[in-house]
Amino acid sequence: MFKNFLPNKILSINNKLINNLASLMIVILLIGFVYAIFISPPDYIQGDAVRIMYVHVPSSFISLGCFALIGVASILNLIFKIKYMPLVAKSLAPIGAVFTFTSIVTGSLWGKPTWGIWWVWDARLTSMVILFCFYISYIATWKFITNYDKAIKISTIIAILGLFNLPVIKYSVDWWNTLHQPSSITLTSAPTIHYTMLLPLLVMLLGLAVFSLVIFLMKYKSELIKFKISSKKNRK
Amino acid sequence: MLAKKVKLRILYLAIFLVTILIIIFFILKSLENNVVYFFSPTDIYNKPIISTNEKIRVGGLVKEGSFKKKGKNVVFIITDLKNDVIVSFAGLVPNLFAEGKGVVAEGKLKDKKYFIADKILAKHDENYMPPEVSKALEEVK
Repeated sequence: MFKNFLPNKILSINNKLINNLASLMIVILLIGFVYAIFISPPDYIQGDAVRIMYVHVPSSFISLGCFALIGVASILNLIFKIKYMPLVAKSLAPIGAVFTFTSIVTGSLWGKPTWGIWWVWDARLTSMVILFCFYISYIATWKFITNYDKAIKISTIIAILGLFNLPVIKYSVDWWNTLHQPSSITLTSAPTIHYTMLLPLLVMLLGLAVFSLVIFLMKYKSELIKFKISSKKNRK
Repeated sequence: MLAKKVKLRILYLAIFLVTILIIIFFILKSLENNVVYFFSPTDIYNKPIISTNEKIRVGGLVKEGSFKKKGKNVVFIITDLKNDVIVSFAGLVPNLFAEGKGVVAEGKLKDKKYFIADKILAKHDENYMPPEVSKALEEVK
């Protein structure tokens, strides 16, 4: 599996694949959008406000998933010294940061009509803000530290420390009293969302995941090209 | 199979991770009172000392049949099915506020059983379904 991320393999992926993925993404997102806004029913208590969920939940999933992958890539580089792993991690960061931001903003918009307040500092919301701070510092490390090896080291430390935040976010709603409701979709039990609302949620999740993949491939490719150019310059 | 250097790095990382994990566990453990967003009526009942000046939050379910309007004030009971706290509040409650549903009240305790709120937040649960399904479910009950 790792072989597919090897630099020469990625560079040989032509833009056709990225374009195809992009058109697939547009189709899935359009279906998801129509399904979420027009076809799926309103909630029995929340009414139409529940439709914010179809953006909020996938964004949160992807923001957590991206950081988990950044952490894994950083650890793989730390232990096995795989050269292209830092670039994988670096390319994932902006995607995760944008989705964390989306999750926080849509969550806030959802909070006002349901809880009656835009923002509270409960465990789930606060740990999400901490995740966003980790993303910002991770991206800033790559932006402002020009020495490549130094940037790898510092960003790896940030990624590993940030990993500890992920289970805190995930289980904050179970460990402590929070205003945020517990998870509806868990690995251990049946989802507590009716299937007419679960389906558009999964379609939106798939669409946004493909979107992330497209952005990742584009970013990773350009990072690799930059890396090759700079290492050529260094050799001269 | 793995080079010795790699093994050492894995060991180093494992020790590092476990140490940080323990540190974070203890930090969170000691901060528990601040991390919880609200106390349940049982938490308040079990508290040895209560402060009537400190702003706190109480959360639980609005007891069925307990919601009353008294002029400007609304009075209801927050329950966690073991203990109850009577809450009085002057103002408008959020749209999702309903008997039998979750609620968080922010304000000050008068005593262990009486709470004066200056803010009411509705807490909804993790169940989502269309109105027809919830109606059908209620009919079955």
